Amino acid sequence: MTKKIKNLNLNFGPQHPAAHGVLRLILELDGEVVEKADPHIGLLHRGTEKLIENKTYMQAVPYFDRLDYVAPMNQEHAFALAIEKILKIDVPIRAQLIRVMFCEIGRILSHILNVTTQALDVGALTPSLWGFEERETLMTFYERASGSRLHANYFRAGGVHQDLPAGLENDILNFCESFPKIISDLENLLTDNRIFKQRNVDIGLVSKEDALDYSFSGVMLRGSGIAWDLRKSQPYDCYEQLDFKIPVGKNGDCYDRYLCRIEEMKESVSIIKQCLNKMEKGPIKTFDGKISPPSKKDIKQSMEALIHHFKLFTEGYRVPNDEIYTAVEAPKGEFGVYLISDGSSKPYKCKIRAPGFSHLQSMDYLIRGHMLADVPAVLGSLDIVFGEVDR
Amino acid sequence: MQNLLDSEKKINSELTTKINLTKIKHNQLYVEIDKEDLIEVTLFLKTNKDTKFRQLIDITVVDYPEKAQRFKIVYLFLSHEFNQRIILSYTITEKELIPSLTSVFPSANWMEREVFDMYGVNFKDHPDLRRILTDYGFEGHPLRKDFPLTGNTEVRYSEDKKKVINEPVKLEQNYRNFDYQSPWEGTEYIKEQINNDKKN
Repeated sequence: MTKKIKNLNLNFGPQHPAAHGVLRLILELDGEVVEKADPHIGLLHRGTEKLIENKTYMQAVPYFDRLDYVAPMNQEHAFALAIEKILKIDVPIRAQLIRVMFCEIGRILSHILNVTTQALDVGALTPSLWGFEERETLMTFYERASGSRLHANYFRAGGVHQDLPAGLENDILNFCESFPKIISDLENLLTDNRIFKQRNVDIGLVSKEDALDYSFSGVMLRGSGIAWDLRKSQPYDCYEQLDFKIPVGKNGDCYDRYLCRIEEMKESVSIIKQCLNKMEKGPIKTFDGKISPPSKKDIKQSMEALIHHFKLFTEGYRVPNDEIYTAVEAPKGEFGVYLISDGSSKPYKCKIRAPGFSHLQSMDYLIRGHMLADVPAVLGSLDIVFGEVDR
Repeated sequence: MQNLLDSEKKINSELTTKINLTKIKHNQLYVEIDKEDLIEVTLFLKTNKDTKFRQLIDITVVDYPEKAQRFKIVYLFLSHEFNQRIILSYTITEKELIPSLTSVFPSANWMEREVFDMYGVNFKDHPDLRRILTDYGFEGHPLRKDFPLTGNTEVRYSEDKKKVINEPVKLEQNYRNFDYQSPWEGTEYIKEQINNDKKN
């Protein structure tokens, strides 16, 4: 007697805690083995690119916070750099250091979230409790500099919005002293943990060739042994003057990517320290009155400053006809902005290249032949945030 | 990125007739080609030992509704080996079909789906051309310049029908788009007025 066996179709998400947001993953299962995965995305699509086309350059910045909302300032950085390159403006060194410092804080924010939630997905609760305490501290730094914990809206073309408040530099330095202890605590919990290794070693293997073919970037690329980091290879702002290492994985599995992220956090702490040591008093944005708004004091005294202020916040600054692609090394990979300006004060087109988009695309390739229980582990190590995947 | 000039020469000499225009700007190489040569040019860029653009970064479209060749299709490539970026582009009319890059780069799959979804550009041989970012059953192509910013439909839960329904957008106040462009630097309507005055 023969029995007909049918594959089971399973809906994973969009309301599933391990889906890291609103991912609807349609899995075709043969027993417990995944035969096919079809991610449905777009449930968080807000039309960011369309909205940016209808806003002035300065008004467009907050949309970048809402892409990868666990590391907002890294996205703003890409946009600011794109405008600066077209307008050919120089950024004062203090502003560069502040921006790099906050980008590295963003990297730590993102990596803590990813490492600890990945642990959560494979069954460890404690790391997330310890890690989120540190994230909270980092977000208060965001708040003190920009006024908001998450959606900072802090970077501008030509510098940053405002100077750091008194005492913040010291507090960040203190954090840099205490944070390595937390990293080693997390490592104690996870790195040699038998269950964590069973769930991650040799899972979601990516070969070098495939990592390139699938447009991987960031940790997904480095985990597979390709030493590529835009901060080193195409340095922007003051990264050239800083001394840091790029951790590279060997096997290209989930465990190696976890190790890379842990090492990157340590490097980030060192970068933040270097930035703070180099930081001296000075301007925090370009002096060009046509691009950066005047100070409140100037507005009260100078007619020209008042006019500049009015023009900047109604018309906005104009950006000459140009086409440019600028990329930064965001925590999740290469985040790029392809900007087309047409001489007016609004971008004609602004395509956002989100690393998570191409990472998630490879889900089918990564998970085929794995067990159902490996789906959250692989998904966790891809480091997906739906704000940027869906845009 | 010093050898960008060499790459430009190399590409021009090897692909001579297939290249319409090359220029270097912002440390990037901009190349314009014809639609028919896309696969050949990308294969060359990917496999040639002097270029090795092994990674497709993104595919996108720029919409110029006033032009006959309405869409400009843009491909961004990255070469890790030589640390170079190249921006490949060609223009098409609204109805034209374009070749798919999925056979060369598997990652082109979703990027092309996004292009199809956002701009309504159709692909000749795409294995799985479905909408990707918009809702199931969505109509229109949102990133086209003639698509309204507010959209055409809005969703709400209907108590009568006991389900989520789509309705035409109703706004309490219309979307207001103020023209802040400085008249002294030549806003369009001022320019038109001046031109008209001259004619009369």
